[in-house]
Amino acid sequence: MRQIWDIHGGIHPPENKHQSLGEKIQTAGIPSQLILPLSQHIGAPAAPVVNVGDRVLKGQLIAEAKGFVSAPVHAPSSGTVVAIEPRIIPHPSGMTAPCVIIETDNKDEWIAHKGLSDYTGETKETLLDIIRNAGIAGMGGAGFPSAVKLAGHPSKPIDTLIINGTECEPYITADDILMRERAEQIIAGVKILQYIVQPSEQTLIGVEDNKPEGIAALQAAAAGSNIEIVVFPTKYPSGGEKQLIQILTGREVPSGGLPADIGIVCQNIGTAVAIHRAIEFGEPLISRITTVTGNACQQPRNYETLLGTPVQYLLDKSGFDSSRCSRLVMGGPMMGYTLEDTATPIVKTSNCVLAPTRDELPAPPPAQACIRCGMCAEACPVSLLPQQMYWFSRAQEHDKLEEHNLFDCIECGACSYACPSNIPLVQYYRASKAEIRQAQQDKAKADRSKVRFEARKERIEQEEAEKEAKRKARLEAAKAKQASAAAGDSKADAIQAAIERSKAKKAAQEGGNAPTENASPENLDPAQAAIARAQAKRAGGEVDETSEQKTERLEKQVASTEKRLTAAQQKLTLAQEQGDDKVAAFATAVEKTQAKLDSSRQELEAHLASLKSAAPAEPPQAELDPAQAAIARAMAAREAQANLSETDKLQQNVSSLETRIAKAEQKLAQAKEQGAETVGVLEDSLAKLQDKLADARQQLENHNLESQS
Amino acid sequence: MALLKISSPHAHGPMSTAKVMRLVILATLPGILALTWFFGFGTLSNILWASISALAFEALALKFRSRPIGFYLNDCSALVTAVLLGIALPPASPIWLILVGTGFAILICKQLYGGMGYNPFNPAMAAYVMLLISFPVEMTTWLQPFDGGVMGNSALLGPIEALQHSLGLGSVDAVTAATPLDILKQNSSATLAELWQQTPQFGQYAGIGWEWANAGFLLGGAYLLYRRVFTWHAPLSMLIALSVMAALFYDGGSSNSGGSPLFHLFSGATMLGAFFIVTDPVTSAVSNRGRVVYGALIGILVYLIRSWGNYPDAIAFSVMLMNFAAPLIDHYTQPRTYGHKKSAKESN
Repeated sequence: MRQIWDIHGGIHPPENKHQSLGEKIQTAGIPSQLILPLSQHIGAPAAPVVNVGDRVLKGQLIAEAKGFVSAPVHAPSSGTVVAIEPRIIPHPSGMTAPCVIIETDNKDEWIAHKGLSDYTGETKETLLDIIRNAGIAGMGGAGFPSAVKLAGHPSKPIDTLIINGTECEPYITADDILMRERAEQIIAGVKILQYIVQPSEQTLIGVEDNKPEGIAALQAAAAGSNIEIVVFPTKYPSGGEKQLIQILTGREVPSGGLPADIGIVCQNIGTAVAIHRAIEFGEPLISRITTVTGNACQQPRNYETLLGTPVQYLLDKSGFDSSRCSRLVMGGPMMGYTLEDTATPIVKTSNCVLAPTRDELPAPPPAQACIRCGMCAEACPVSLLPQQMYWFSRAQEHDKLEEHNLFDCIECGACSYACPSNIPLVQYYRASKAEIRQAQQDKAKADRSKVRFEARKERIEQEEAEKEAKRKARLEAAKAKQASAAAGDSKADAIQAAIERSKAKKAAQEGGNAPTENASPENLDPAQAAIARAQAKRAGGEVDETSEQKTERLEKQVASTEKRLTAAQQKLTLAQEQGDDKVAAFATAVEKTQAKLDSSRQELEAHLASLKSAAPAEPPQAELDPAQAAIARAMAAREAQANLSETDKLQQNVSSLETRIAKAEQKLAQAKEQGAETVGVLEDSLAKLQDKLADARQQLENHNLESQS
Repeated sequence: MALLKISSPHAHGPMSTAKVMRLVILATLPGILALTWFFGFGTLSNILWASISALAFEALALKFRSRPIGFYLNDCSALVTAVLLGIALPPASPIWLILVGTGFAILICKQLYGGMGYNPFNPAMAAYVMLLISFPVEMTTWLQPFDGGVMGNSALLGPIEALQHSLGLGSVDAVTAATPLDILKQNSSATLAELWQQTPQFGQYAGIGWEWANAGFLLGGAYLLYRRVFTWHAPLSMLIALSVMAALFYDGGSSNSGGSPLFHLFSGATMLGAFFIVTDPVTSAVSNRGRVVYGALIGILVYLIRSWGNYPDAIAFSVMLMNFAAPLIDHYTQPRTYGHKKSAKESN
């Protein structure tokens, strides 16, 4: 006998499974309308590939997978797409999400499809493609796209394939009845899974011992294969993936890890059947077994249900009495969520619709104080201390909660079930998890902002420093110029001064670094001297009017024009008062004066601005020969480029990309307005630019992080 | 159709806090029966007055705190406190003593901290300690047990007499005697065998009556264990620690002996403490490992105080001391969660 392990805690709620096992699986039939949510799985929602008004056939692709972790959606029956719009989907929040609505035509006309006659001749990749294209997602509850889970990773070899037939939740019998009636299909599916996963050690089907008929059927079907049916005592929540792994192998999935990390892949038996149908018959996932049960239903039973079937349709078939129903649960009584609307459709993960009466699942009594009795800790399958977490949760002590491994909570509800004070513990944990996730997101956002802010601050500081340096240089230059101007009363003096300066400069350059320039004051090149003289002359001539004198002159001009304007205005007012016929003439005069004033003001402003922004290197450059000046300019430019930090370069890159994107968007908008053919091209280029921008931003962020550390 | 919007789980177990409390009260019955058989109706009169006053105090406090009175009285937690205090007090204690005790337990130790679940100390034990320190004479006057007439006194208090005695009415004169723990504590010359011969209060293993009262509480505790009201960790580790300590200092039954393990297990409030006080969930450690530590430390403390402290019995003191320590124990005994190599504490 194979060794099985026990999980910590667990509870034994009333099973209530017999009610829905009285009959065989019934085909629910085709409802007049099918509502197919684009997101029936974990991952990115599918994108519709049909339009309103299209006729679709059974099994036809109506929405394609978007991204790697995603699953396509197929039409469960033939009919017409009547709408693609938000409808209520099965979700704890009762939210709406985009759905494809199909008006069925009752013909149930299949699209052409064909299975593989012998899959063993195909590669693993081919089979995974078929599974992916069939839209198969985990049917036990989570709805993780099966192909992604099965693809695995070369670095994580799989030794054990586990098929989950536990079905530990009370009331639900979808897997049980599947085992009883379709054991051969399950085993066929498991064999395909074996072929894909290639488990090096074992393939186990785990079933709780409360399903003797299902176990017998499976054992008969699996006879002669290397698939082992492992039976273990019934206890909730043995069917949790992590719990089942522990029971069957004694291994624990590391916190935050996946079963593949310890060489295990887990699949639900319903998924195995779906894979069998997809590979061997070419049928996509368009129906599933759903249990409809609870005492508010007169005929609880299991239905082969088309995906998209409204819950109301199933309830009607089961003799549902709404007056007796306390709540409508999608899933089981431990982990299911309530539905607000019976128009909610059945999706890939809907294993049960539970319609209990008020006596069956009464409204919860008011919670009493926690007496820390520890019954919750006794029930917890992952060895948490729920009562401690409850106190921390109430006090919003997030650090303590994480220290107590809040995120290892699987929300099975065993603690709440066991709590004698009726405290909705799981609800507290859900709320706290959400709060912590929110806080983490906020923190990440704040951190990013901080990095950005600090980079910006640094940049601004650098710019300020550069400006300051320039300002100082300018100031000194202006002083030197003034001094030379003051000294340069006569042209000869000015020339002499220029020569002196030039000599000094040469000497400085020679002393500094330039072996190329052998020029000393004694053996100054005659040509250079001539140039210097000429420049000095020009300087002496033009700079006759120094900038200060110019400022003065311009200011005077402005002042006098202002006076004239005032006088003209006075005349005009007087003329207007007296009704003089010269009013028009005066008005023109005022206008003219005003224009003159404006222009002289502008001149003054321009002059002042030019004073401010005059390049610091200009006066010395004037004394250099042109060749040297060019070299100096080039060097300066190179230096400026070098001084431009990596951060600034990246930022420049980002901002230029942003500008380009803005332009591209404008163009695109225009093109769209005009209905131009280039929309597609523009969209592409915009997307590319956005990618580039994202890259550039990433680089910048990385760089900032690096420079921070 | 108005459908209930509520998050999972939708099913709820059959256990309720009031049920737990009622089970605890039910489980004290064998012990109370033994106490009544050997010491008369004094314990029952204690419990009667304590219950009435505790409920009254609780109602009063709830009224002041504007809480729904019926809802909270129904959880029976005040009743449990009253019953435990009534058992712990000397039989037929005066009513004022009981009133002071329940008042302190309910008003100060429980409601001032926020009511059920919020009290850091076990209210019954805190009240007991307060009374013991404040009124040592009243608190150490135990009645002589009924031994079938060997000691010459078979006039146990009847129901009426017990009530009269507690009210200070009439001229009922109960015969008092030292408890075995007291006698052993005072002893410095006689060996245990001699002591057993000399003193009529001793029975088979421990004191007459005390043995049976402890056996009664042990039975009740076993029932609660069977009903899974609490786990075995704290009581068992306390009893084992106490036995180990007693065995270590048994000293072959000499005049220095602290008494045999059996003597300690069946004397004083050992079993009451182990199954009804140490298991008080509110004030004890929370994890199973923590509860083992918590219980063991109480067992050791009980022996230390009984042998070398100033008081003959020590359950209340030990429990209160460990109530202090419970949060610290919790900090270091967090269990290993599924998928973690070590507990979060240890890996830090």
